[in-house]
Amino acid sequence: MIKQAFYKSIPVMAGYIVLGTGFGILMHNAGYGVLWTAAMSLFIYAGSMQYVGVNLLTGGASVITTALTTVMVNARHLFYSISMVDLYKDAGKYKPYMIFALTDETYSLLCDGKTPEALEGSDPSKYRFYVSLFNHSYWVTGSILGSLLGAVIPFSTAGIEFSMTALFIAAFTEQWLTTRDHIPALTGLLSTLVCLVIFGRDRFLIPAMLLITLVLTILRGKEEGRS
Amino acid sequence: MRSVILIAVMAIVTILLRFLPFLVFRKETPPYITYLGKVLPPAIIGMLVIYCLKDITPLAQPYGLPELIAAGCVVCAQVLKRNSLISILLGTAVYMVLIRTLF
Repeated sequence: MIKQAFYKSIPVMAGYIVLGTGFGILMHNAGYGVLWTAAMSLFIYAGSMQYVGVNLLTGGASVITTALTTVMVNARHLFYSISMVDLYKDAGKYKPYMIFALTDETYSLLCDGKTPEALEGSDPSKYRFYVSLFNHSYWVTGSILGSLLGAVIPFSTAGIEFSMTALFIAAFTEQWLTTRDHIPALTGLLSTLVCLVIFGRDRFLIPAMLLITLVLTILRGKEEGRS
Repeated sequence: MRSVILIAVMAIVTILLRFLPFLVFRKETPPYITYLGKVLPPAIIGMLVIYCLKDITPLAQPYGLPELIAAGCVVCAQVLKRNSLISILLGTAVYMVLIRTLF
């Protein structure tokens, strides 16, 4: 059980350690020590939000701004959870942690609902629980590593923040390659661009989410006809 | 202290977002929500790509070129190798080199 879960989590291991390290270095550069970094990775456990969070911490953001930004950056988790409602239904004691640990990457590993053949007959929720736990441990490990490395790395790490951009571009490209219907992806890109131009870079996220939801709602009849 | 509060806010809001659908849709998921669950993830990833690139200046030096070149590398690597980690590492490395040398 643990072995199969570990195998499943390997693709995420490298990514989380690299991205976690990037986060740890950013935190170090912002003047926050290893405990701060570990606490954020343990309790927030949302990669992109933590990268944005570094700016909130150093920029002196208010509680309201922080809460709203978190809603905007993490709103997509609502939809990850929505699509896992059925799959996680019978997870019992594992369920609360599995919901807490449902990150983009864990979602992408588990959303097909499959379990390895070797685990025929055993509890699939336990398997998903371990996959979630392994991923979480990589993220925390990477963050701590980055925080400690930040102090000793002899060269400038300027530009490491592009790893987050690269993560989303890779995810965007991958889903583009694996789906035939590109309308939702294009809706996301174009609606956001329009809102960026109209509302400016500081306040375009909420209008963009509303516009995306509106456009996809209008297109619902057509989209469901396709699938 | 201020940092503790902000981190707690981020953690609590994130937890609420993750748990809310499980609390609301205990019995049956309405078809509209199922539909959104299917089409929103690719759209939101598209939104996040733009969000990450919001600070580039297409009309002034360096015209967003380091970001666009590095982004192009990520897309090409992903199309060729289908391995997100390789794409991310390559794109980040290209970006870090570009901002130190050409731009």
